[in-house]
Amino acid sequence: MSLVVASVTKKFARFPALRGASFVAPQGAFVSLLGPSGSGKTTLLRILGGLEVADTGSVRFADLNWLDMPARTRNAGFVFQQYALFRHMTVADNIAFGLKVRPRDMRPSRADIKKRVTDLLALVQLAGLEDRYPSQLSGGQRQRVALARALAIEPRMLLLDEPFGALDTKVRKELRADLRRIHDHAGVTTVFVTHDQEEAFAVADLVAVMRDGRIEQYGTPQDVRRDPKTAFVSDFLSA
Amino acid sequence: MNKIFSKPTEDPLWLKLTLGIIAVGFIAIMLLMPLVLVFKEALASGVRTFFSAMVEPDTLAAVKLSLLAAAIAVPLNTVFGIAAAWSIAKFDFRGKTFLVTLIDLPFSVSPVVAGLVYVLVFGMQGWLGPTLAGYDIRVLFALPGIVLATIFVTFPFVARELIPLMVDQGRDEEEAAATLGASGFQTFMRVTLPNIKWGLLYGILLCNARALGEFGAVSVLSGHIRGQTNTMPLHVELLYNNYDYTGAFAVAALLAMLALLTLALKSFLEWRYADELAASHRH
Ligand SMILES: Nc1ncnc2c1ncn2[C@@H]1O[C@H](COP(=O)(O)OP(=O)(O)OP(=O)(O)O)[C@@H](O)[C@H]1O
Ligand SMILES: [Mg+2]
Repeated sequence: MSLVVASVTKKFARFPALRGASFVAPQGAFVSLLGPSGSGKTTLLRILGGLEVADTGSVRFADLNWLDMPARTRNAGFVFQQYALFRHMTVADNIAFGLKVRPRDMRPSRADIKKRVTDLLALVQLAGLEDRYPSQLSGGQRQRVALARALAIEPRMLLLDEPFGALDTKVRKELRADLRRIHDHAGVTTVFVTHDQEEAFAVADLVAVMRDGRIEQYGTPQDVRRDPKTAFVSDFLSA
Repeated sequence: MNKIFSKPTEDPLWLKLTLGIIAVGFIAIMLLMPLVLVFKEALASGVRTFFSAMVEPDTLAAVKLSLLAAAIAVPLNTVFGIAAAWSIAKFDFRGKTFLVTLIDLPFSVSPVVAGLVYVLVFGMQGWLGPTLAGYDIRVLFALPGIVLATIFVTFPFVARELIPLMVDQGRDEEEAAATLGASGFQTFMRVTLPNIKWGLLYGILLCNARALGEFGAVSVLSGHIRGQTNTMPLHVELLYNNYDYTGAFAVAALLAMLALLTLALKSFLEWRYADELAASHRH
């Protein structure tokens, strides 16, 4: 049940955004994709989420040919940098969305959905904000709702693209601690994109340092920090 | 107040006054006065004459025809407008800019030219005219021609209203919906459509107002058969040319009333749903 990403490539027009990215993560791992702007982090994450189609390469996850599946059957929760909450829905409806669109035989009852929304709001520490609209929330609160919404579908993979990028340092630290707690609680394989190395090292089990569409070094935070394999990695880490 | 400390955006009073007077004066003379005069003229020979002019069989036929043409053209253009705006805003494909330009065509081409083009296509000397006549289908000087002309002229309204709105909203919410397991149809019904409903409504109202009011293209295609292929605007012209001023202004007043009703409906909805409207813009 591990995640195996093998030589994934992707070109936009003629520009190669990914030139063979590979890594392996055990089930339930928390992986950070770290790297400078334009190194291909978002592209790789969107390919994992099914929002972008890879040119070549393969991904296996939970014994599935992951890249052959459309986004909606992957059951991978995605958290966007710009929240991407449904602006015309209340917080509760946002969180319940993934449950409400299920085929009838798999859809929980109204009462179960309501209970699940309440539980998730408690989990992300927003109890009582059910009836607010996204425009009535702070940035940190919005991202907590986005996280709850992604968790509502009981995802087998959680993908986060610089989810805390727009927030101030204090809120970031709070949220990443919460994220780690939720990850441990749910046991879901998580890929977390950031260009903040402090954040990556603080929160992840495994760190992938990306450069120009490839993974330059991959390992535990301690190993990467203690023993940078290339000049690029040591430069990037000391920057 | 010290000049140095005035706001950089603060304009001198005389300029503000002049611009204000020009704007208000222009609106009063160009927009309000004609409207008032139409109603005044329509009621000049008394309310009774006004109403008897209204229930003239030919007038009623014109009203019916206009409403029918709009009832066909507006839904078709609504579907087309949504489809066009959706594909332009949410997908990348070759020839996108060309499609956007094409949608604007009815705005830039004179309606009379459009009417003549349809005559070329569907006339007895045209490409399709003889073939269709073989099946006993008349396009020119009949309802199909009038509907075609109306569709052409009102083509851009819904699409034009929706494209900037949908481009501005981006694809994020649709992508989020997909990752949460929604099908394309569910995403459209639950995410895309609710996000554009106000723009859509506005576009439909404008499209409808224009469909009822179209003169040029319809004039070329209708044949002006009194009581049969005369729409309301054409009927106004006919009455006017026959020196039936009361009748002409009565029908004109009816047209103006429909337009005012459209605007009133729009304002009412904007007022009634102001909160929701604000929420859908702010984010
Ligand atoms: N839709 C696109 N069309 C064309 N080029 C793209 C597209 N998306 C990404 N790219 C290019 O691919 C490269 C990798 O982009 P990507 O967004 O994956 O970088 P990133 O590592 O997430 O950067 P950042 O930290 O700035 O978010 C960049 O050079 C970018 O310009
Ligand atoms: Mg990125």
